[in-house]
Amino acid sequence: MKLIIAIIKPDRLEAVKQELYKADVNLMTVNEVLGHGRQMGVTEVYRGVKEMGNLLRKVRLEIAVNESFVEPTIKAIIKGAHTGEMGDGKIFVLELAECIRIRTEERGHEAIG
Amino acid sequence: MKRILACLILLLLLASIGIVFAEEPKVVEGATLPTGGQTQAPANIYSPQSGREGVAPTALPVEGATRAPVIDSGDTAWVLISTALVLLMTPGLAFFYGGMVGRKNVLGVLMQCFTILCIVSIQWVLYGYSLSFAPGSGFWGGFSWSGLANVGFAPYKDYAATIPHQLFMAYQMMFAVITPALIIGAFAGRMKFSAFVIFTILWATFVYDPVCHWVWGVGGWLKDLGALDFAGGTVVHINAGIAALMTAIFIGKRNGTTNKVILPHNLPFTILGTALLWFGWFGFNAGSALGANELAVNAFVVTNTAAAAAGLTWALIDWIFNDKPTMLGTATGAVAGLVAITPAAGFVSALSAIIIGVLVSVFCYMAVTLIKPKFGYDDALDVFGVHCIGGIWGALATGLFASKAINPAGADGLFFGNPKQLLVQAAAVGVTVVYSFVASYIIYKLIDVVMKVRVTKKDETIGLDLTQHHENAYTIME
Repeated sequence: MKLIIAIIKPDRLEAVKQELYKADVNLMTVNEVLGHGRQMGVTEVYRGVKEMGNLLRKVRLEIAVNESFVEPTIKAIIKGAHTGEMGDGKIFVLELAECIRIRTEERGHEAIG
Repeated sequence: MKRILACLILLLLLASIGIVFAEEPKVVEGATLPTGGQTQAPANIYSPQSGREGVAPTALPVEGATRAPVIDSGDTAWVLISTALVLLMTPGLAFFYGGMVGRKNVLGVLMQCFTILCIVSIQWVLYGYSLSFAPGSGFWGGFSWSGLANVGFAPYKDYAATIPHQLFMAYQMMFAVITPALIIGAFAGRMKFSAFVIFTILWATFVYDPVCHWVWGVGGWLKDLGALDFAGGTVVHINAGIAALMTAIFIGKRNGTTNKVILPHNLPFTILGTALLWFGWFGFNAGSALGANELAVNAFVVTNTAAAAAGLTWALIDWIFNDKPTMLGTATGAVAGLVAITPAAGFVSALSAIIIGVLVSVFCYMAVTLIKPKFGYDDALDVFGVHCIGGIWGALATGLFASKAINPAGADGLFFGNPKQLLVQAAAVGVTVVYSFVASYIIYKLIDVVMKVRVTKKDETIGLDLTQHHENAYTIME
């Protein structure tokens, strides 16, 4: 079992979702985060007070998958999120120790899908 | 069950069509009686915005014609308040639009509205008022009133005989401000701020000022034709609506509109904006009587009635076709109703206003949900669908429902035995549509050649707030 975390541009979320559905990945958690990578953020100015390199809005997806779904999920995220410009984001793949479905108390592989 | 209920209410509203023709003559005869005897000021029923050539001399009583015009304190107070009411509509519009865009573009929209408020206010004093209202040629007014030269405190009889000339100028200023502000909804989220500033100045000068002169100015050729436009259906709404369509077509779609709808980020803002618009519209329409008189009251009543009928109708249409009545739909309907009644406010009865209101929502709903997807232009906030379509319907409805029993200085419409008025109205609409589209297009293309109108894809993705103004409307975390 793996936990896939992807940081993408907010306006690519819809495309990524559609690609994931095509790859038969229908379960995900999404939240809004702030961040920047190498491209840095933008300047903000409030009544002349400057705030340099501020953080940009990003979207973070968390998807728990069984081994066989790891590569299809990664491919789907890349297909949906890739624009070729800086700030397209990153995908992290983590080992997942356990997964429990609260309703049925199932554990492991059954609980994920 | 709900659908049957909704259909029933809609039918009931439409039933007022029958009542109008059965009851109207009786109702209005009584209403017009007092204008003869009880009027306190000269030119009581005359409104320059009625756009009727030869109205001023006939409407002025004999005593008024022989002595200098006198300032009436009641009229002056009402128009002062109306001026402030109409000013409030531009920030109201900012919130109406601001709520409908994404979170990353809301300051961009508010900023554009406030910038127009600042720019056009100055432009109007410097030369805009002169181009629009000075007695120049049939095309525009020339520069004889630039910098408010010859625009003093004594009333100018051809426009408003009982209020200071400068007050009339200030009142008209607010109309000149809100008209370009209406357009920004079409290109929301993708125009460079610098290009927008130049577009606003050129559009106000070469589109608004001439069209305003044609319809309302002394010697304006559409005015001489006999076109009725009480408070600005042609000058304001059709004019801005068609320019909006042009910009929407030529600036292109917003990024990301192909596979999803861009959701409104704060509908309560939009409703707040609608409320401010409705409130301000009393100044817009009732103020256009340019006096505290019967005509103002008529405009006040029909304005409220049409907005209510249109808001209700849009909600019912939503209920019938989309399962639930929606808040955004109701607000959109109310604004459409206010747009449609604008040219008619001084010429129609309250029952006619219900019909105008019900039908404007039907037409605008069709424009927004059928015509727009069919042609594929991305009029982001439906400026064309609501203001242009609503304005055209209002202008034509004036040609249908206008009645001399309401305003002797106006004219009768088709349903009151004067089919010619409808043709005149249609001609005014056609001329405005063609001129505004072509002139706006030339201005747009000129700017595009010099500096590119649209922001870069990267800036559009990040949003106009951060890229054009270096500000963020909302923080996610402190």
